[in-house]
This record gives sequence, structure tokens and C-alpha cells, in this order.
Amino acid sequence: MTIKQLSIFLENKTGRINDVTRILGANGINMHAFSMAETTDFGILRLIVSEVEKAVDVLRENSFAVKVTDVVCIKCSNTAGSLASILEKLAVQNIFIEYMYAFADGDFANIVIKPNDLEKCVALLDECNCDMRSEL
Amino acid sequence: MIWNPNKECMSREQMRALQGKRLQKLVNYVYHNVPFYRNKMQEMNISPDDIRTIDDIVKLPFTTKQDLRDNYPYGLQAAPASEIVRVHASSGTTGNPTIVGYTRKDISVWSEVMARCLTAYGVTREDTFSVSYGYGLFTGGLGAHYGVENLGATVIPTSTGGTEKHIKLLRDLKVTGIACTPSYALYLAETLEKMGLSKDDINLRVGAFGAEPWTENMRKEIEERLGLKGYNIYGLSEIMGPGVSYECSEQNGSHINEDHFYPEIINPETLEQLPYGEQGELVFTTLTKEGMPLLRYRTKDLCTLMDDECACGRTSVRMGRIVGRSDDMLIIRGINVFPSQVESVILEMPEFEPQYMLVVDRVGNLDTIEVQVEVRKDYFTDDMGAMLQMKKRLADRLKGIVSIACDVRLMEPGSIERSQGKSKRVIDKRVLK
Repeated sequence: MTIKQLSIFLENKTGRINDVTRILGANGINMHAFSMAETTDFGILRLIVSEVEKAVDVLRENSFAVKVTDVVCIKCSNTAGSLASILEKLAVQNIFIEYMYAFADGDFANIVIKPNDLEKCVALLDECNCDMRSEL
Repeated sequence: MIWNPNKECMSREQMRALQGKRLQKLVNYVYHNVPFYRNKMQEMNISPDDIRTIDDIVKLPFTTKQDLRDNYPYGLQAAPASEIVRVHASSGTTGNPTIVGYTRKDISVWSEVMARCLTAYGVTREDTFSVSYGYGLFTGGLGAHYGVENLGATVIPTSTGGTEKHIKLLRDLKVTGIACTPSYALYLAETLEKMGLSKDDINLRVGAFGAEPWTENMRKEIEERLGLKGYNIYGLSEIMGPGVSYECSEQNGSHINEDHFYPEIINPETLEQLPYGEQGELVFTTLTKEGMPLLRYRTKDLCTLMDDECACGRTSVRMGRIVGRSDDMLIIRGINVFPSQVESVILEMPEFEPQYMLVVDRVGNLDTIEVQVEVRKDYFTDDMGAMLQMKKRLADRLKGIVSIACDVRLMEPGSIERSQGKSKRVIDKRVLK
């Protein structure tokens, strides 16, 4: 089970993230999670939103370069060692993590992972009964 | 088709004889009507009698843009004010603009040379032609306009701006030809695509592009996106405006209307005339102009001249593409860099939009050059490694072409300002102490 993530190309420029959040807000699209990867001149904003297709449309209408990527989102207990045990399983099977981001909320935590081999990763997590989410 | 075979296909000897005769007449005319030239010639100890053939042109003084500024506004005008029917001016980003007055005969020569260009592009009376150069002080709009009218095609004086409305007219009036800057042609293509349309929704078949340097790759790109055949047109307001030279169907250099504009190539350092085939600065003498005739005007454009036979049947000398300008050549860490070199690299890489900006600066004592390019939407990827690779690929290719390391800055698509006239490609922030 995978989840759709938006990736947006952004120049490093004051107020550019605001442009994204304002457009999404004005169109009633909620952001559930995001992370920002940056270099000296540009960045990639990665987002999980409530309505993927609509978000892509409104952002493209506003001239943003947007890509949709499949990622894995795991729900695990917000306790010491629970992430370690999952990552250990992936490492043993030689699954490389290109990037990940996570947030905790009460008793649970959500982890978004972009593995190098999505299919293999999903299959493996399925096998170990990990709670993968199709939406946030 | 050839508009004026008598002149365009004249034998070389006949042409040289005609040029010699016209030069003699011109030198007499300016000597007696323009104190600037009389003084210069007297200083150099030459008189109109020393000019007998076209080869004697090397004895004559040069004219520079600075001379035009120093004699602002009418100091170099040869015809009396009563004979001047129109004035154009070229943009003066620094100091005074350049004022050029035209007599009725000048306008008629201009319409003639423009009709020659348009005919070489295959434009006929049946065509509907949009002139999308700026109308006004700039020579592009009105110059092309009179040429289209002289030829007998229908002219749509769209000028620049209002691009969506322009596209509506292109469609509704079934416009078949367009004259504009190559960068505006690309902007037009972009706007067309943004409106959800493509080249199949318009009827353009011929484009006359000029007023700024462009490359073969840019031509391919414009032809592909607008569905037309693109031809080079060259001109400069000091000499006349568009129509000084034009490409024929062979597209191997641009034929110069040399019965009116005599071309030379000189070494910009030593000012010596160079033989055909060698690259140097292009110099023009206006053989027939009345309003503001110029002797050996230094264009600052760098190119070569070719006098071999052209398969199209025209015998006139051809000029190669402008490879740069002797004055907007950037000297970075002692190395000569032409924006056109950077442009050719960017245009060869499909991952970038054909828009760029060069930002030159000096950090400490070291010159830096940053090349800003827009990443095409289709080529953006979530993979940061791939994005950094894309950046490195461009930097590596630039290094190979311009011989110095350039900092590449990836920009969002559409973020570099689009021009509707001549595009600004260089920002030089260096303050020399």
C-alpha cells in the first residue's frame, strides 16, 4: 500500500513556500505532512495533501513544476525503538532509503519513506504486518 | 523568387563598378554637407578626388556610435531639415539616443530592400503578414511594415505586447507570416501552449527574425513550436533598420543589399580591413543614403563575409551569423565570453527552457559568472541527485565551451523575465576600482 506525495520545485527565494501554502489554502486543500530538501539555489518541497489531483492542477495553473511520487507511509507506536525495528528489517533486505520524514502525534507516529525499490519495500512491510497507510 | 534580379544578381564586376560610382558620389556629398566628415578628411589629408574605386574606401575615416552621440541630435545629418520626412531613434541606455533622419528617397530605398528580403523568404502578395516588432522610434516595426506594403502582402501591424490578443488575430485572420525578435517568437510559442493551443491551430509558415543575435538551435526550436520556417533578417537603425541583409532559401549566410550598404570586415584592434572569410567587426558604408549617410560605420557586430556563389542565384556578398559583439563581449578572468556561446549550450539541452540570464560579479578579486536557467516542467524530478546531476551536466558543458567555470543556478520555469523587444541577458555587477 502506497501513498501519493507531491514534489514541487522551488527557487530559494523569500516567500516562495508561502506561495504554495497560500494557493493550497485558498483552494481548500489541507496539508498533512511536508518536508523540504534544499541546496544552495533551489529546493524540493515534498507534501502529503488531502486532495492530490486538485492540488496538482491548481499548482500547475500557477506555473509550478510539480511531480507526483509514490511513497510508503507507515504508522507505528510512538515508543522508543519502534522505528529502529522497522528500519532494521529494511536494511537487512538491502532496501535503501532515498529520503524520509516523520511526525508523531500522541500514541502514534507516521513515517513517510521513499525507498529505492518501492515494490520490494511494500511487500516486505506487508510480510511483517506493518501498518501502512493509504491516506493521512 | 527574386524581387529585383537586376541588382540582386548583378555580376561582381558590375556591382563593384556601381559601388565605386556610388561611393564617389557619397564622399562628395558628405564632404560638402557634413562638417564632421569634412574635418575628419582634412585631418587625414584626403579629398573626395582620392576616391576613385570602391577599393579606395580604406582611405576613409571610420564612424562610431560615440560619434553619433557626440553629434546629437542632427550633427551628422546631410540633408536639409525640409527634406527629412521621418526620424527614428535607437535606445540610448547610456547617454544620448541615436537620431536618424530619413528623406523620402531613403524610405523608398528601405521599402525596396525590405521587399527583397520578404521575397527571398517566399512571402508574396497572397500572404497576410504580422509585424510584431515594436512600432515607434525603433526601426523594426515601421521598417518591416513599409516593406510588406511595398511587396503587396497584407500587413497586420500588431507591434509588441498583448500576446493573447495577437494569437487570436493570428488565428482569425489566418496570418501566414510574422516578423519579430526570436525571443518574442519563443514567448509567442509559450503563450500559445499556455492557452492550450499548438502550431496546428495557427497558419504561420514564414518568420522573419532579427534585431538580436540568435542561434541555429533557437531557429529549430521556433520552427518546431510555431510550425513555420524561420529566416534571419539583419539591420541596424544607424544604417537603415531591418533589411540590410537577409537569408535566402539556402540559409547559408545573409545576402547583403550591397548596392546600398557596402560591407567590410575589420580587425577591431588594428582597424585593418580583413579579407573575405576572416572573422572581425562588420563595418557598413551607406552608399545611397541622403538623410544621415555614414562612412564606414563600425557596427560592433562580429561575423565573417562570404563572396562565393550562392545556389539561389543571387550574387551579393553574404554575412555569417553574428557570433557576438565586440562591445558586449564579457571579459571574465581575462577570458572572452560571448553570451551567444552560453545560449548555444542551453539550447542544446532539452531539460532547460530557452531563457537564461548571466550574472557577472566580482567577489574579492575574482570574477564570477552565474548562469541562471529555467528547468523545464517535464524534466523536474523528485530525485535530488538527478537534479544536481542536471546542474552539473550544464556546468560541465559550459566549461567545455567558454573555458571558465560557471556557477549554474536552476530556476523555476517562467521565472526569468520574458522580453517583448530585445532581451536583456547579462547583468554585470562588477564595480571596477
